[in-house]
Amino acid sequence: MTEIKASMAGSVWKITVAGGDKVESDQDVVILESMKMEIPIAAETDGTVKELKVAEGDFVNEGDVIAIIE
Amino acid sequence: MNYIEDLQKRVGTIKKGGHSKYHQKNEEKGKLFVRKRLELLFDEDMDIEDAFFANCMDEGLPSDGVVTGIGKVNGQDVCIMANDSTVKAGSWGKRTVEKIIRIQETAAKLEIPMLYLVDSAGARITDQVEMFPGRRGAGRIFHNQIKLSGRVPQVCLLFGPSAAGGAYIPAFCDIVVMVDGNASMYLGSPRMAEKVIGERVSLEEMGGANMHCSVSGVGDVLVKSEEEAISYTRSYLGYFPANFRNKPEASELKHVKEFEKSISDLIPENQNAPFNMYDFIKRIIDEDSFCEVKKTFAPELITGLARINGKSVGIIANQPRMKGGVLFPDSADKGAKFIQLCDSFNIPLLFLMDVPGFMIGTKVEQAGIIRHGAKMLAMMSEATVPKISVVVRKAYGAGLYAMAGPAFEPDASLALPTAQIAVMGPEAAVNAVYANKIAELPEEERSAFIKEKQEEYKDNIDIYRLASEMVVDAIVDPQDLREDLIKRYKIYEAKNITFTERKHGVYPV
Repeated sequence: MTEIKASMAGSVWKITVAGGDKVESDQDVVILESMKMEIPIAAETDGTVKELKVAEGDFVNEGDVIAIIE
Repeated sequence: MNYIEDLQKRVGTIKKGGHSKYHQKNEEKGKLFVRKRLELLFDEDMDIEDAFFANCMDEGLPSDGVVTGIGKVNGQDVCIMANDSTVKAGSWGKRTVEKIIRIQETAAKLEIPMLYLVDSAGARITDQVEMFPGRRGAGRIFHNQIKLSGRVPQVCLLFGPSAAGGAYIPAFCDIVVMVDGNASMYLGSPRMAEKVIGERVSLEEMGGANMHCSVSGVGDVLVKSEEEAISYTRSYLGYFPANFRNKPEASELKHVKEFEKSISDLIPENQNAPFNMYDFIKRIIDEDSFCEVKKTFAPELITGLARINGKSVGIIANQPRMKGGVLFPDSADKGAKFIQLCDSFNIPLLFLMDVPGFMIGTKVEQAGIIRHGAKMLAMMSEATVPKISVVVRKAYGAGLYAMAGPAFEPDASLALPTAQIAVMGPEAAVNAVYANKIAELPEEERSAFIKEKQEEYKDNIDIYRLASEMVVDAIVDPQDLREDLIKRYKIYEAKNITFTERKHGVYPV
């Protein structure tokens, strides 16, 4: 089980996967919006999305858990 | 037994290092014997080894646990000190320290690179009065390193632990190459941490190679094996001259790889969408010439050595793919040290800008982003080597300044047609200027108003307008960028300036 964490503070602009989806390493899971930039947050390992901890529009701080991959 | 046989016997014994059980232990961990490491490092055999007989009256301490000498790397003489971890875990006794000090003095005299192959448990407590506090105690090693810094390249190859005071050897080197799984640096071991402050932590978590190369930034290059550490170091040194008086030697390879996608194809129209800066770099440098420093630390800023038309260049590039390419305290530190490194050894600099600015918010302000950012500005500003900045896409706010904007005397400020230079991006600017006005407008009129103002703003910061005001020196077709850089670096080679007259600046730290 690995946690995907926000690399910087920002708001959740788009969630590109759903719970139960299979993801590959380096695949974007969430795109944050911060400093007027799109910040893609990718999975670090292959796996299945077990849980999404955020919704679109949420504010996340650096280090907050965005999703759990199993 | 005659004299010759006696000598040969003694030499043979010392060359073997410590007890076979320690050799075996090292082998199990994937660690090579110190002499094997040196064999791989040098072009041929080591040319000179001094104080081979250090502490030879004590049979248990061959060479006193460290090899010091001179050999050739890429045809260039380099000084080395290399711990032998089969001898008392590579710990430092009185003669170990004296040997290290002497080889550093030799490096200073000859002005040739100094490499530290570290694998040491730290001070030999039984020898502490002789090796720790005095004029030629361990402190002198660090004093010498500080003095050598910027005179000759200093590289640390960390194969095992570098503990307590010994951890300052890597800290004072230009770069530290760490072998994943074996290399570690820490002031107090996990055992000590538990005893003294009550923290329970693993060595890997507290001082492992991965941690140092991605979190603390004390490590620069994370490698999988000792062989990789050595081959990286050999190739890294190829970008450097022997000392600050010389320029790096050009290499023969002068091709750039052909790619199906051109630079223009890479850059998304939408300024806010990410792209991969590595793909951009590949298209302007010689094929396979990128030697990255601090790849896994603060990846929103890429720093690495490369060759353009065979010549060494230090590249500092924003990476929009990571954290939007925004500058953070760590990225600023990373940039600051890399700029110093290149400037010290006459390696021209190339800044590739696509930067939304420095990060804002409570977290980074508490981390002191202002003083960290100031370090990068100071080092960039002081660098007197040929310095070219290219605005690839956006250059907003103090990001423009940190990346060698026009005010910091770059030899050329170039822009691609996709460049946008401004205090802030259109979205942020319109929000800042018209916040009250927008709030007053009826809901249905807002988006049209914002769009109109954003378009006005974009016209105002149009890159041709900035070229017309001579803010940038040239707008370059991305296809011609490499050729333009080749010409400019060749011409700017003649540059020979002193930044300013003084003892030294009072640097932000």
